[in-house]
Amino acid sequence: MATQIEPEARDSAELFREEVRQFIADNFPEELKGKGLSMGGVEGATKESPAQKSWREAMGGRGWGTPTWPKEYGGGGLSRKQAAILNEELARAGAYNPIGGMGVMMFGPTLLEYGSEAQKQEHIPPICRGEIRWCQGYSEPNAGSDLANLQTMAEDKGDHYLVNGQKTWTSGGQWADKCFAIVRTDRSDKHKGISFLLIDMDSPGVEVRPITMISGTSPFCETFFTDVKVPKENLVGEEGQGWTIGKRLLQHERTNLSGAAPGSRSGASLADIAKKYGRVSKDGTLADPVLRDRIADFEIRWTSFLHTARRAVEESKAQGGVSEISSALKKLGTKLGQERAELTIEIMGLQGLGWEGDNFSPVELQGVRAWLYGKATTIYGGSTEIQNNVIAKRVLGMLDHQ
Amino acid sequence: MAVLNEEQEMLRDMAREWATNESPVTEFRKVRARGEPEAFDREAYATMAEMGWAGVIIPEEHGGSDFGFLSAGLVIEELGKTLTASPLIATTLAASAIILGGSEQQKSKWLPKLAHGEAIATLAIDEGAHHDPDAIEAVVVEGKLTGTKAFVAEAHGADLFVVAAKDGLYLVEKGDGVTLTTRRLTDQRSHADIAFDGAAAEKLADGGDDLLGRVLDRARVLTAAEMLGMAQTVFDMTLAYLKQRVQFNQVLSTFQALQHRMADLFADLAQMRSAVEAGLQAIDSGAGAERAAIVAKAEANRVLHTISNEGIQLHGGIGMTDEYDVGFYLKRARVLENAWGTTSLLRDRFASLGGY
Repeated sequence: MATQIEPEARDSAELFREEVRQFIADNFPEELKGKGLSMGGVEGATKESPAQKSWREAMGGRGWGTPTWPKEYGGGGLSRKQAAILNEELARAGAYNPIGGMGVMMFGPTLLEYGSEAQKQEHIPPICRGEIRWCQGYSEPNAGSDLANLQTMAEDKGDHYLVNGQKTWTSGGQWADKCFAIVRTDRSDKHKGISFLLIDMDSPGVEVRPITMISGTSPFCETFFTDVKVPKENLVGEEGQGWTIGKRLLQHERTNLSGAAPGSRSGASLADIAKKYGRVSKDGTLADPVLRDRIADFEIRWTSFLHTARRAVEESKAQGGVSEISSALKKLGTKLGQERAELTIEIMGLQGLGWEGDNFSPVELQGVRAWLYGKATTIYGGSTEIQNNVIAKRVLGMLDHQ
Repeated sequence: MAVLNEEQEMLRDMAREWATNESPVTEFRKVRARGEPEAFDREAYATMAEMGWAGVIIPEEHGGSDFGFLSAGLVIEELGKTLTASPLIATTLAASAIILGGSEQQKSKWLPKLAHGEAIATLAIDEGAHHDPDAIEAVVVEGKLTGTKAFVAEAHGADLFVVAAKDGLYLVEKGDGVTLTTRRLTDQRSHADIAFDGAAAEKLADGGDDLLGRVLDRARVLTAAEMLGMAQTVFDMTLAYLKQRVQFNQVLSTFQALQHRMADLFADLAQMRSAVEAGLQAIDSGAGAERAAIVAKAEANRVLHTISNEGIQLHGGIGMTDEYDVGFYLKRARVLENAWGTTSLLRDRFASLGGY
């Protein structure tokens, strides 16, 4: 099963590794060591320090923030193997990929597949350089899980569309430059009446209102469109093809969300937290045998989930398509993330339920917000119930209710 | 499904074809009807050995193919799907103990016979109704083993026992000083208590202090592989049933409540498969094998438990009948859940390995 690397291939891999190391040594500012993304998330406004800016420009200029995307549009043009080497070397240096967000995770891959040449030339390079942020105009107040029920109307006005309607759960909408949206261009057909449109967020008539969540943060927005003019060249694919394109984008989203279980990447293990907040026996084991059992149960299932995520990647690579278990990953990963958060606050007791104040540590306060925010993970990106429908119908071939 | 090489794919396809055509559950029904304590078909086992399945993990110089545990697991999974009764797992595990701990002389004597199906062997470890490798009382004094073993699988057909004594693992041949008492369990397979009364015992002296532990890792993953095949079949069987059974003028599979339960089982089964395959691969690579084996068996226990119960429930009344196969899987499932560690024992060991 071990793949033998040919001698020349090994040499070229080693040469590339050298190149990456040199690049990091020349460009990665020491002060950013161990710090996270600047453009990567939708959690806050972009306030780049000079060091962050220079690192983003260095990586973006090389195309290495989007390592496997085509070089002609500003990507890195790297093979998967080279991209893996790049990641390893970044991690080794305590560096990070400064380029991310929805443009990279969802929109870019979709536009590369469906966009016109002109659209790719216009939109992909700024994503690769991390210069602009995209947000997602999908959900509407009456079209959440029943996504195709959307009502935002784009009326054909000859050289432009006139957009009217309301989107909701626009993650990072208040900080975004552009929005990829699915809109209705025809009322007579639920699915074929949908089109995929790119909207500038600073267009007249676009209004964004952040929604405060139970966690106290406002990463999501309501977005209102009132007589917004969108040029015809911002239509991706054909008019009426939006549902097909939109679903493809959701596959990218799903793949990215399964691993996004909050707390899954935090440093301390549940056992460490339990040792810190609970009683420990003389032999170093947890004094509460029930809790110890529950932690082991969780960790066994979590280990098994990580194996499953890895298997899905291996299978996709081997088959050249999406693994049939990828649809189960989002459901499994988000549920486990929530379980972990619940177990964490339970282990901490009331000390783990603080809202604010100096008598709670930053980790404790953050944990509470993460626990609450994490409730969204089984709702957004296709709720668990929707994933169940997808598995039942598309994978298992169970019929629609007649 | 793990990404397989060509040899592994051929091995799996051959096992699948043979199990489907030559060893469907009706063959197990015949074994059950005969009621013999050894509870497997000798001819069928000879065929398996001819196809090389008894020697998958045995080195080539001793008559095997040395394909490793992932490959062995593929065969076992296919046989698990049709509940094929055979001493294949037991013999493979006994062989693995000899490979890990036997002298050259012990290997040359036994491994070719095991690989070719000329001898059958099994592990005799536990002394009570619960798997508990820390509670072994059997002792060997001057090459003579004394003690009792409980619920030994495939004991009736075995020519050779790999027995855990206080100070290590021993080879004991069936014969003087070895007395079997049959234990009929719900799965209708071969199980027996064994009394060893001064039986000649030869130590597997080259395996180091943790030989038993390493053999148990292998026992856990291979058993989990059988359970994976069983879980897959119960799932497939149940899905097929829901697609054809009509109630309230509707095919059952159109009901969302049932669709979501099947989606849950599908996700669970995906996790079980990953855990089992990772366990088999860890044995082959040698990295983190103990932990991976615990995860594999614990997940197999959890998921097969759920799927075997749901399999009955979703079939409704017909699932309760002896005529229908699904009940056989439930009964075998509970026996295997007890083999080499119940879920709570495995969690305890997992926590200990993690230092908490």
